[in-house]
Amino acid sequence: MRRIISLVLLVIVALGIALCVINIPFGTPKTKVGNYYIDNGREETGAVNIVTSVVVNYRGFDTLGEVTVLFVAALGVSVILATLKKKVEKKVEPSSLILNTSCRFLFPLILFFGAYIFIHGHLTPGGGFQGGAIIASAFLLTYLGCRGKRISEQKVKITESISGLVFVVIGLIGLAVGGHYFLSNFLPKGILLSLLSAGIIPIIYIAIGFKVGSEIAGIIDKLMEES
Amino acid sequence: MSVLNNYVYYGGAFGLIFIGIYIVLVKRNLIKVIIGLSILDTGINLFLISLGYISKGTAPIFSKIDMEIARMVDPVPQALVLTAIVIGVAVLALALTLAIRLYHHYGTLNLRKIKDQRW
Repeated sequence: MRRIISLVLLVIVALGIALCVINIPFGTPKTKVGNYYIDNGREETGAVNIVTSVVVNYRGFDTLGEVTVLFVAALGVSVILATLKKKVEKKVEPSSLILNTSCRFLFPLILFFGAYIFIHGHLTPGGGFQGGAIIASAFLLTYLGCRGKRISEQKVKITESISGLVFVVIGLIGLAVGGHYFLSNFLPKGILLSLLSAGIIPIIYIAIGFKVGSEIAGIIDKLMEES
Repeated sequence: MSVLNNYVYYGGAFGLIFIGIYIVLVKRNLIKVIIGLSILDTGINLFLISLGYISKGTAPIFSKIDMEIARMVDPVPQALVLTAIVIGVAVLALALTLAIRLYHHYGTLNLRKIKDQRW
């Protein structure tokens, strides 16, 4: 019965959506605001990656909200799991030598790659969120490969707070110095396609990278502790 | 063929969305419901991306100074989806945590057996 009701509901929703989508065939020209960003994004922000200039510069306030949502989720995970009763310590069998050594070999390489991704966020595809996710995957590798190793909760919290503060403080400096809005680009734009260009965008993305990396690593730590 | 070309991407995206909604409505295991939510999320992201895409388009990145502006895809949906993916990860982590908490409390993940969750 439930299945039939669900299928009928789905068919009704599908018909409604089809009526909406039929008027916008695939490949219709870009929106006005998208054209504006592509035409003027390079001059106004100095970043050649237009998606980055939209995320960090034009819609930077939105990104601050997004980082806040991630922070609240990480906080929620630790609060909900903290109310559980602690289980008896299980004895963890240490992983084999090959696994251990290759994990220790790969860990700095993955960290390095993540740092590359978020430092070059304004030049190449990638950015703070992607780089942060790669850094968190390095921590996941150590949890799966080298059994028994833990990251320090204190350090995670300190990194997270400092990088969040850097984001907000740079936004406030922009409000005070550069223009009349939060996160205005007050540093010199530099030469296009060079690493030190685009003003505050690389700094913001480095802060976001550290913040996202430490938050997701914290979530992984909490969930692995439970398993 | 033009109908296929025009709507096949939307069809794929909405196929994922409907699979996700169906799983959420029908399945009884909480983990499967969370998987359904994740599929739903992916479908919505795919739909937004395909709204901004144009045929034979390139990424909106000026890796050389003289790139064709007309062939670049719309950057706004991509920036929005970047946001949506991160929020999706956060929601997924929180949902899994709640599932763990629920399992500790009731001893089962079957939504039919949890009295307060039945519908």
